[in-house]
Amino acid sequence: MTNIKMTVNGKSVSGEVPDETLLSEFLRENLRLTGTHVGCDTSQCGACVVHVNGKALKACTTLAASLEGAEVTTIEGLANGGELHPMQQAFNDNHGLQCGFCTPGMIMTSVDMVNRYKAEGKELTEEAIRDELEGNICRCTGYHNIVKSVEDAAAKM
Amino acid sequence: MKDGIGAPVKRKEDKRFTTGKGKYTDDIRNDNQAYAAFVRSPYAHARVKGIDTSAALAMEGVIDVLNGQQLTGDGIGNIICGWAITSKDGSPMNMGAWSALATEKVRYVGDAVAVVIAESQALARIAAEAVEVDYEELPVAANITAAMADGAPQIHDNAPGNQIYDWELGDEAATDAGLAEAAHVTTLNITNNRLSPNPMEPRSAVATYDDAEDHYTLYTTSQNPHVARLVLSAFYNVAPEHKLRVIAPDVGGGFGAKIYIYPEEITCLWASMKTNRSIKWTSDRSEAFLTDAHGRDHITTAKMGFDKDGKITGFKIDTLANIGAYMSLFSSSVPTYLYAPLMSGQYNIQNIHCNVRTYYTNTVPVDAYRGAGRPEATYLVERMMETAAREMGMDPAELRRRNFVQEFPHQTPVLMQYDSGDFPKILQMAQDAADIAGFEARKAEAAKRGKLRGLGYSTFIEACGLAPSKAAGSLGAGVGLWESAEVRVNPVGSIEILTGSHSHGQGHETTFAQIVADRFGLPVENVSIVHGDTDKVQFGMGTYGSRSGPVGMSAVVKAMDKVEAKVKKIAAHTLEASEDDIVIEGGEVKVSGTDKSMAWHEVGLAAYVAHNLPDDMEPGLKETAFFDPVNFSFPSGAFICEVEVDPDTGQTEIVNFTSADDFGTIINPMIVEGQVHGGVTQGIGQAMLEQVVYDEDGQLLNGSYMDYAMPRAADVPSYSISHHEDSPSPNNPLGVKGCGEAGAIGAPPAVINAITDAIGTNDLAMPATPQAVWNAIQAAK
Repeated sequence: MTNIKMTVNGKSVSGEVPDETLLSEFLRENLRLTGTHVGCDTSQCGACVVHVNGKALKACTTLAASLEGAEVTTIEGLANGGELHPMQQAFNDNHGLQCGFCTPGMIMTSVDMVNRYKAEGKELTEEAIRDELEGNICRCTGYHNIVKSVEDAAAKM
Repeated sequence: MKDGIGAPVKRKEDKRFTTGKGKYTDDIRNDNQAYAAFVRSPYAHARVKGIDTSAALAMEGVIDVLNGQQLTGDGIGNIICGWAITSKDGSPMNMGAWSALATEKVRYVGDAVAVVIAESQALARIAAEAVEVDYEELPVAANITAAMADGAPQIHDNAPGNQIYDWELGDEAATDAGLAEAAHVTTLNITNNRLSPNPMEPRSAVATYDDAEDHYTLYTTSQNPHVARLVLSAFYNVAPEHKLRVIAPDVGGGFGAKIYIYPEEITCLWASMKTNRSIKWTSDRSEAFLTDAHGRDHITTAKMGFDKDGKITGFKIDTLANIGAYMSLFSSSVPTYLYAPLMSGQYNIQNIHCNVRTYYTNTVPVDAYRGAGRPEATYLVERMMETAAREMGMDPAELRRRNFVQEFPHQTPVLMQYDSGDFPKILQMAQDAADIAGFEARKAEAAKRGKLRGLGYSTFIEACGLAPSKAAGSLGAGVGLWESAEVRVNPVGSIEILTGSHSHGQGHETTFAQIVADRFGLPVENVSIVHGDTDKVQFGMGTYGSRSGPVGMSAVVKAMDKVEAKVKKIAAHTLEASEDDIVIEGGEVKVSGTDKSMAWHEVGLAAYVAHNLPDDMEPGLKETAFFDPVNFSFPSGAFICEVEVDPDTGQTEIVNFTSADDFGTIINPMIVEGQVHGGVTQGIGQAMLEQVVYDEDGQLLNGSYMDYAMPRAADVPSYSISHHEDSPSPNNPLGVKGCGEAGAIGAPPAVINAITDAIGTNDLAMPATPQAVWNAIQAAK
């Protein structure tokens, strides 16, 4: 067992968990933040993506115990109070989701993507968005409207 | 009307999904939660000689280990297929016994033999590894060819030669005569590749027994919770219906895989009673590949004859279908009544004969996957048309035009009566959007870059809105296929719609609200949709077969008709006018030609306070309706796919994909287009990426996303979509036809026709991976 302490969505949290506890389990079971989803067991689908210290990370392949002192943001912590993050709003505006299961991971990946491209001053083309989404699988939307959502949000972020 | 029929209203349900507040089955955790893990067979075919649970039971935190003998001993019934198919010799289909936990034999890798119940999911899984099963391995038939072979292992005792039925549709003699008189006959031998549906949310169940009430509650990932309750009660004897509540909360995609009642839900319910704990099971992805029903898996030989003018003279089909190790809920209907009746396509064909033989194999059951039978039929018909055009030196679009059905209703020789459509116009729409005239120039330009550019068509028809109950019943269905709805107008005038349809991504909370808003002139915010709970909704057949629009919405319309009639009576009484003069507009109930009116909510309040109602009127404003269609609906469309192939690597890129469709009336174009995007992408997945592979020992070789190629964002293009709305369905009040399956049905032949056009050979099987395409190019040299 390991005692861990981290900041999740701006709040300090702690807990004693088995060493093998994954971040996704810690978030879902210990903190009951069930917006982080698990859609596969090979780190392929990206439904579990959260931000750790500002960068996108797959929570299903990260040990909670390795994140002592980290700042974690989950989909539940993305909105600023009652105001949706531009990426969340863009997914609604552009019909970028259907069943919603991959959506939290898609949004967290996309926010990170836009932040990186802006920081590096690179142009976020449709081709770049599609390549960047390589680690996130959606079975419903055919990606068409996810790409539009990311383009839309990128213009507003 | 702002948010009415035809408006691209943004989805009301999105906020909970974009903020992580969706509530899926695995998100539920009860106070007395325990966890199940299944002990699964590592062999595709084996006798179970003994199960030693002692090591597992000795582990701290293990509550119980239960097996199939205990399950059947408690009277839990076998899993059944709900559609009876009769062979052409009149004999019934050979349905083999399927216990939720295997008793004597296991028949596929993943077949469950026992379940461990423990205090945590991790512990349950570790303990499941400690259960020792003594298996006696048996010979395996892992595909159709092996199952049909002389001396093949017998998978079920009551299915000699592993055959389930030998079924036919159409007139064989007339079709043979049509082929004999043909000026040209095209023959195709094709395989429809086996797929795994892969909704992103894995299946999950949380079953809770309440011993004080002798009552069960099941949260489950279902497309049709009422059907689940019916079958769990009537056939599996888990509990009587009034003692079983089934809730399908937010469900993360279905695509058919979540229609069926699987061993895990049955076992969790029963185990909850045995242990007096709430039992939770959530599949991981590997388990999903092993145990979710697969789709497709056909081998077909077909001949189509043409006269000298290119008119079809006959179409003869011989199909072998793999049903897997057991018959899943609708498995028998998929390669029969959802397949052969689509063989007429968009064409006027007088003579069609289709023979289908289905076989057990030592693989996971095969059942409906998005499109279900119709993609298999469409792939055959549309590859046939393109191949025949090439063989006869005709333009493939022109060959199609010469054979299009032009008048409606149109009776085919294979059961269907097409209701409406305009096939030439839809093809023209697609051709215009795809700039057919510019193709040769684009091809020449691609050639300069060393690329082979090709173009392929698919002009397809579907039978959707499953289905008229009477017709389904006469063809062997065990259930009716109507839908129900309840419209509750509250005393404050807001409205709740309770529907038996179930949304697992389709956006019903928005589209169903739109039809109500449209009818009564109310904002969509004043309408909420309730679905997915057997305690709330009276009954429902659920969502599959593109039926929520044509059938589910129609039931809502029927219930609204009754509400409107009562509203008019109340208003006429209150306003002292004739019912015939009452009109409902913009949230007001008015006396036509006067300034007398009541606000919508005032009528609601009047109905509930009941101080001043007509003498013979009951208080309240709530109506229910059941809608049973008189026919299927027949959405259709034309897809044009344009590809570029790198001849050195076989790498293929879809450069343009154009869809012109006829879905009848469109309620919300944004949502309809989303359905097409997703469906086409699944169709491209089948055509270029996806295939479940078992080895000859029945071991699944690609049971993860490391090995099974799901379409990803960079694998597919953006899509061009247009709609033809001038041929509404005459068979339901809204004129809708359904749009959920079109993409998956129509896309695979468009893609393969494009690639084969590019590489100049028709001999290419799905999935057209770079290796397959490269091999086809080399073979044709």
